[in-house]
Parts: sequence; C-alpha cells; structure tokens
Amino acid sequence: MAQIFHKSFNSLSKVSIVVGGLVAATALTLVATANTTSWITYVGVAREQTPPFSHKHHVAGLGIDCRYCHTTVEEAGFAGIPATKTCMTCHSQVWTEAPILEPVRESYRTDKPLEWVRVHDLPDFVYFDHSIHVAKGVGCSTCHGQVDQMPLMWRENTLNMTWCLSCHRDPAQFVRPKDKVFDMTWTPPANQREQGEALVRDYHITSKTNCGVCHR
Amino acid sequence: MRAPIHCTAALLALAAAFLSAGCRQDMHDQPKLRGMRGSAFFADGRGMRPTVPGTVARGQLNDDELLHTGKLDGKPSEVFPFEITRADLERGRERFEIYCTPCHDRTGSGNGMIVQRGMKRPPSYHIQRLREQPPGYFFDVMTNGFGAMFDYSDRIKPEDRWRIAAYIRVLQLSQNGTLADVPPDERTKLEQQKTEGQAQ
Repeated sequence: MAQIFHKSFNSLSKVSIVVGGLVAATALTLVATANTTSWITYVGVAREQTPPFSHKHHVAGLGIDCRYCHTTVEEAGFAGIPATKTCMTCHSQVWTEAPILEPVRESYRTDKPLEWVRVHDLPDFVYFDHSIHVAKGVGCSTCHGQVDQMPLMWRENTLNMTWCLSCHRDPAQFVRPKDKVFDMTWTPPANQREQGEALVRDYHITSKTNCGVCHR
Repeated sequence: MRAPIHCTAALLALAAAFLSAGCRQDMHDQPKLRGMRGSAFFADGRGMRPTVPGTVARGQLNDDELLHTGKLDGKPSEVFPFEITRADLERGRERFEIYCTPCHDRTGSGNGMIVQRGMKRPPSYHIQRLREQPPGYFFDVMTNGFGAMFDYSDRIKPEDRWRIAAYIRVLQLSQNGTLADVPPDERTKLEQQKTEGQAQ
C-alpha cells in the first residue's frame, strides 16, 4: 500500500500546531480590536440627518434648554424626539423660506413624521430609563458628551455594557449636583471623588449591577 | 499535491461562513415596537398609532374647568386652582426659563434670542395691559397659543402652566417694585447704600 501522506507532512504537522495557534490568536485579537473601533461602535461618527439638525446652533448658539425639545426626559424612559410642531414653533416665523428646512415644512403640512437616524440606539434587550438617571444627578453630557458642540450628532460613548458598568460600579466618579444636570459645560471638579461620594449618599444612589436591572 | 491546499481554503471559507452567521443582530433589533420607532406594518410607517378622534385616555378627561382651561364661568380666572407655594414659584421659574425665555427673555420684556433672530417680538409682560390680566389669561395663552405663539399644551403640563403664570406675576412685581415693597430692615440697607453711592 502506498504512503498516503508525503514525507514533508512530518514537519508540516509540527508547524501547523504553532501556526494554527497564531492564526486563532490573531483572529480573536482582530475581532476584539474591531469591536472597539468606531467602525463598529460609531463613536465620534457624525451621522447624516434630513434635515441636518445642529445641536451646536440650537443649544450653544441660541441657548435653548435640552428640555425644550426633549420634554419627557425627566419623567419617562425615553427622552423624546420633538414633534414637528416643536420645530415649527420657531420655524413658522424664522427661516421660513430656507430650502434646508423644506422637509420640516413638508412634515408639518402632510402630518408625516420626520425620519431621524437614531444615534444612540441601545440593543433591544437593554432597558434604559432616562428619568431615574436625570433625577439622581447624572448629567446629559456625562453620557452624550458636549452636545452643544456637535453640529451633527455623534455618539460620544460606546454604549457597551462595560461602559455602563464603569459607572454603575462606581457612580461617584460621575454624579454631579442636580442643578447642573442640564449644564453642558460642567466638568468634574478637582475634588470629584469627595463630592461625588457625598452626592451618592445625599441622593441615596444605590449602585445596581445585577443583570435584571437592565436585562429584564 | 495541490489537493490539501484546496482543502484548507475550502475549510477556511466554511469556517468564515459559520462565524459570520453568528453576526446576526436579531436580538439587538427585535421586531417589537418601541416609542417613536417606525413600522413597516402600517401604511403611514408609524409605530405609534394616532388615537381615534374623540379618544379620552383614563384620567385625562380634563373636566376641571379652572385647572384645564384657566377659566371660571367662561372668564379668565383671577385665582389659581391650587395654593402657590415658594416651591411652585421655583418650579415655575425653572419651566419658564426652559420654555418661555427663548422669546420672552428671562425678565419677560420680550427680547429673547429667537426674537433677536427674527421671531415676531411678543409684548413685554410689564406693559399696563398685561399687568392687569388675571393669571387665568396667561394660562389660556399657554394652552391655546396667541398670535404668532404656538400653544404649549402638549409640552407643559397644566399644573406647570399655572406655576409659570405665577412666576410671570413674580416677574411683573420684580420689574415694578418700589421702595415701599421692601421689608423695613432691608429698606434701611438699601437707603444706606444709596447715600454711600451718592457720597462717592
């Protein structure tokens, strides 16, 4: 009976043990790295919108409060995307001829909602509630970044589970006084550790890290 | 001799196919509806269905004339539907500064940022006609709109609209205060400051 394997397979089989391990390790590293890049996480990727709404113009330029449009952020899970009527409150008088705003006017005329690209889209198996975060001193900019500096909206954080847990395990790093929650310019003071821990006590914040809090 | 290489390539392709099959996002994007999510099921593409005209949600009959229309016997109410405390005024101020200041500005004189950018200028709260209006009048304007101003009934709850009306009264008082309104001990301080100011 003839040899099934050529003689060279003796060394090939040895090499393949090492090479196989390397290939597997490289593949895993590649996948893990890819998952932290903005290609997957969309962090820092400004999203095209119709019309190209600028938070920078409306918040930093005009001084409009977050809650003027996101009316339910203090009492519901969803912060709320404003109705076209909210846009038209001003734009029925201001920039009434601007071609860029035609989709808004059309939406108002035809009663057909504007379709925005969702920037902060959690997986459907995650339950998140804005109201409790806002009520306990987690500011908008802690998660969303300095929205008042974003001409088009982008995601400032990955919204990965690791990222959620980094705060849930130690909220004192990020909690701020309640009257600063909607302040876009707030940054943690030098004594944030001390102040944060005091606020966690005062606001009765109990860190929730059990699975059922978010995956219910 | 070439067969093993073809075999390896085929195996790799198969592995890649199996691995990428694991990248489905079905759990991330479930076919359920959530607030403001679109739906291909309905012709108009909305997931949130508009209510049938005439629908009244439980607890939203809004049959309290004073609380929900700002009127008593068809006339703008002179009284508030609940007692206004300091906390109500502070809440009123907060809501005022969210929803009203873009046009009315923080003092209520009507020169807000949007007005500076071309919105029709609203009258100042401090003119005689508006100083004489009862709180129910302001509630009615917030609820039904007035002139170029849209209504805010869908954005501000009735209780908060009353608190804003109360805060408008505060602004009116603040802009038209006289020395006689100041408590005696504070008045002495003010008078001292005035004499010091004149001396300098």
